[in-house]
Amino acid sequence: MRLSPDEMIFWRDGFFKLNATIVYTWALMLALTVGSMLVTRNLSLGLTRSRWQNLLEIIVTGIAKQIEDVGLRHPKKYLGFLGTLFLFVASANLCTIIPGYDPPTGSLSTTAALALCVFVAVPLFGIEEQGLGEYLKTYTEPTIIMLPFNIISELSCTLALAVRLFGNMMSGAMILAILLTITPFIFPIVMSALGLLTGMVQAYIFTILAAVYIAAATRGREPRGEADTTIDA
Amino acid sequence: MDNATLIAIASIVTAGLTIALGSIGPALGEGRAVATALSSLAQQPDAATTITRTLFVGLAMIESIAIYCFVVSMILIFANPFWTHFVAEAAGK
Repeated sequence: MRLSPDEMIFWRDGFFKLNATIVYTWALMLALTVGSMLVTRNLSLGLTRSRWQNLLEIIVTGIAKQIEDVGLRHPKKYLGFLGTLFLFVASANLCTIIPGYDPPTGSLSTTAALALCVFVAVPLFGIEEQGLGEYLKTYTEPTIIMLPFNIISELSCTLALAVRLFGNMMSGAMILAILLTITPFIFPIVMSALGLLTGMVQAYIFTILAAVYIAAATRGREPRGEADTTIDA
Repeated sequence: MDNATLIAIASIVTAGLTIALGSIGPALGEGRAVATALSSLAQQPDAATTITRTLFVGLAMIESIAIYCFVVSMILIFANPFWTHFVAEAAGK
């Protein structure tokens, strides 16, 4: 029983090998990029627009609104990074409905790579927003004794991101494989639907957690009263 | 009882115990989280989107503990380094 798509090797040449993870990742990248290029060829600013443009606008404005709700004040800055994370993980998990496809997020390599991207991006955004000195000072809040714990929490948050996504996708694929050998008729379809649902939820969770970490890094020393406690009277 | 048998027994028993004991805590925690979220939704339906989003994020964090236990259990069953070492040794003999 395969534990991850890393073990299915399509082509090998000494040190370099193309396994199923890489091939499916490239296929997803190709599909997303070519699809978006085709849709954005003739963009229209008026009220009549093609339905694909409408779909993309819904997705983009939806992600921007979610980023803003988390607490990041200029969502356009983070839309590229967070939107790409969400679209890649969501399409990787959604395509499990295609037979013969193994989600690349079911391999610890992919999820570790994505988590490393978040690990690098959070200090980058924090330093860009606050400056290097201010950002490093946030590691010593509330006291200097908390410095090792803050560093450990950064590392464990990254590890948790990777293992959470990997565990969810791997368990979905494994449960399907086991069920197909035990009760091959209706129950695997139900579990496949559940797998799709958890895939979408995990894509959302990954993005929202990355947004929350970035928001925590860029918040800095703003006064507490700026939290949105406005009451729409 | 030789070493290979001991390793097999230990791995199998530990794998079962890991996932069995490891899912108790997260299940209880998630139950409490959803119960509190439901009661606060009943008290303040206007904040539904915030509460729902925070609920999902919290549930994902609680779920990760169960996922860690599941990953350890899978490693013990399918990618056990001690077992593969012994199998390689037995095959080499």
